[in-house]
Amino acid sequence: MKNLEELRKLREKAQKNIKLRSQDAKIKVVVGMGTSGIAAGAREVLNKFINEINERDLDDVMVTQTGEKGMSSQEPIVEIREENKPTIVYGEMNPDKVEEVVEKHIVNGKVVEEYVVSVEEE
Amino acid sequence: MAQRLNVLVCSGASCLSSGSIEIKKKMLEEIKKAGLEDEIRIIETGCMGPCELGPVILVYPDEILYKKVKKKDVEEIVENHFLKGRPVERLLYKSPETEKLIKKHEEIDYFKKQKKIVLRNCGMIDPESLEEYVALDGYEALGKALTEMSRDEVLKEIETSGLRGRGGAGFPTHLKWKFTKDAEGDQKFVVCNADEGDPGAFMDRSVVEGDPHTVLEGMAIAGYVVGASKGYIYVRAEYPLAIERLRKAIKDAKEYGFLGENIFDSGFDFDLEVRIGAGAFVCGEETALIHSIEGKRGTPRPRPPYPSISGLWEKPTNLNNVETYANVRHIILKGGDWFASIGTESSKGTKVFALSGDIQNTGLAEVPMGTTINELIYDIGGGAPEGKEIKAVQLGGPSGGCITKEYFDTPIDYESLTELGAMMGSGGVIAMSQDTCMVNTAKFFLDFNTFESCGKCTPCRVGLKQMYKMLDKITKGEGEKGDIDKLVELGESIKKTALCGLGQTAPNPVLSTIKYFRNEYRQHIENKKCSAMVCTDLLTYTIDPDKCKACTLCAQNCPVDCIDGERGVVHEIREDECIKCGNCYDVCPFDAVIKTTGELE
Ligand SMILES: Cc1cc2nc3c(=O)[nH]c(=O)nc-3n(C[C@H](O)[C@H](O)[C@H](O)COP(=O)(O)O)c2cc1C
Repeated sequence: MKNLEELRKLREKAQKNIKLRSQDAKIKVVVGMGTSGIAAGAREVLNKFINEINERDLDDVMVTQTGEKGMSSQEPIVEIREENKPTIVYGEMNPDKVEEVVEKHIVNGKVVEEYVVSVEEE
Repeated sequence: MAQRLNVLVCSGASCLSSGSIEIKKKMLEEIKKAGLEDEIRIIETGCMGPCELGPVILVYPDEILYKKVKKKDVEEIVENHFLKGRPVERLLYKSPETEKLIKKHEEIDYFKKQKKIVLRNCGMIDPESLEEYVALDGYEALGKALTEMSRDEVLKEIETSGLRGRGGAGFPTHLKWKFTKDAEGDQKFVVCNADEGDPGAFMDRSVVEGDPHTVLEGMAIAGYVVGASKGYIYVRAEYPLAIERLRKAIKDAKEYGFLGENIFDSGFDFDLEVRIGAGAFVCGEETALIHSIEGKRGTPRPRPPYPSISGLWEKPTNLNNVETYANVRHIILKGGDWFASIGTESSKGTKVFALSGDIQNTGLAEVPMGTTINELIYDIGGGAPEGKEIKAVQLGGPSGGCITKEYFDTPIDYESLTELGAMMGSGGVIAMSQDTCMVNTAKFFLDFNTFESCGKCTPCRVGLKQMYKMLDKITKGEGEKGDIDKLVELGESIKKTALCGLGQTAPNPVLSTIKYFRNEYRQHIENKKCSAMVCTDLLTYTIDPDKCKACTLCAQNCPVDCIDGERGVVHEIREDECIKCGNCYDVCPFDAVIKTTGELE
């Protein structure tokens, strides 16, 4: 270890590994993972979100899951929750749509109206 | 593929003994079965603190805490939670007051009142991973000290912080460092006291097992200030996991260049070694500890000279406790002023306590200095089980004293505890309900101290034994008038004349229980009565003839056949032969056996 610069480089690399435990998330992506959700492809959707968000180094986005949401005809269901904003619920998601939602909604703050199934006021 | 869940399995001593390793194994299997192995990472951590709830599992990013997990629960957790996103409710924590389920671990009362500095990483990171430590600002303080601060600037920061030794006496850390720094010597040493001999204490063990690098970093910074190139960590052999983790941490730190030569290209060399003690209590005393490291018999010597002037191999040696070192990096990173803003006028920062005895939430808790005993034992500890009342707490282990409930609103700091006849010690807190006999408790601690006396000085070797004999007599109903005064007199003179801290504090548990519970002593001596019903020799078992159904169950269970009677004939206990084992009392289905204490009116 030669200097603080080197230490900080090591730290940046290491932080990826503990991100789940230390982040202070502003945006929460919640994927419905009930039995019907999984049957409709919710796992692929969940993992796509995780990978997209990691690849783009979006540190303040947390991806988590919940059980059945009671909208089984529109599974896989995904909610995007943000403080002081209405919760956006997307339906019939798939990995391609995930990419679009990450790009447009999460990164650029523009809701992808096309896939929205409901908007829940806080 | 990136991970979406981190599952932290507590492997602190208590959770380990209730099966956390088995649970972890089973979890790995189940995760594999469900095809989730790329998405979920399982991490074995150090002690998370709430030992009473163990084995404990904490799931990130949602921070869901599972308590009392059994191997058979694992499948359900993986299937319902990890896969389908529904936490298993029956394993979640329920608020004792509102009966409400609490999912997020930070909302649990036990954690809410705590302030974690020393234990910040404990239960959060993989203690065997240097990278995880670095990810949470590890070794940044060392880097900052070595590359941006002079030795005096570091020392100044420690002085501003007001940090005092966590190993017992609360000596100002900056002074110790300064004495060692200013002492003449071609070679100097840094030593860490991880002996932790108090029965029931496990604070230092938890820090070393849960976050070993934090101790190494604190020691290296001390080494830089005092001018030492070599350090030793003295750990008892009963802590094999702590020893293993320290050794691995030292090896990794050397590999990355946080220990070794020319650290951070600053010209500072520092190397560390683990030394293992055989577990004698007196080896926690600094001069005995130093003898033990030198390979000599672990007995103390008179001070001065203090180790800072003449320590290991007569060289200037800075010796601190584990928790003291663990605070150092935070002070360097956040500044002495920040640290000094926490705590009381005389005692800064936090203290880690180990709660045990008659208390619901046994475990580790770190609180700011100045927290009251009430907050510690009720808000965090949850009070005594079964609605019992806590009548006193013992603080400071076998050399400490008890504090009664009238003083529970006292803010805890070094001075307030000493004033009350107890002491901070290493932070062991033993709660005692009305079912505790104070005479017997004092006898227990004195027995410990007598056994651990190294025998070098007479007051401790002979005096403690005499005190013990007197206490033993009293608990057996053979106490005589005047015994209490004799105990006090002898205790006071041992305190004044013993060679080291062991003898100088060993009478404390007796003196403080006499001070606050003199009446219990009197009852034992004058009325042959133990109102807590603990001292068996003072108990009498009789059978109530009106309640006895003559079933012979008691007689069948009496190991000495001292119960007369047969089916249809009311039973009677022959008192002079009774060994007071209590079997008859426990087995009687009709509550006909009566337990009394004291001379019958
Ligand atoms: C009998 C006896 C046992 C002790 N045991 C310990 C111990 O287990 N751990 C510890 O840190 N200090 C123990 N001490 C206190 C040490 O002598 C020493 O004061 C302390 O380690 C200094 O570190 P500090 O300044 O960081 O508190 C003990 C003292 C006595 C008299």
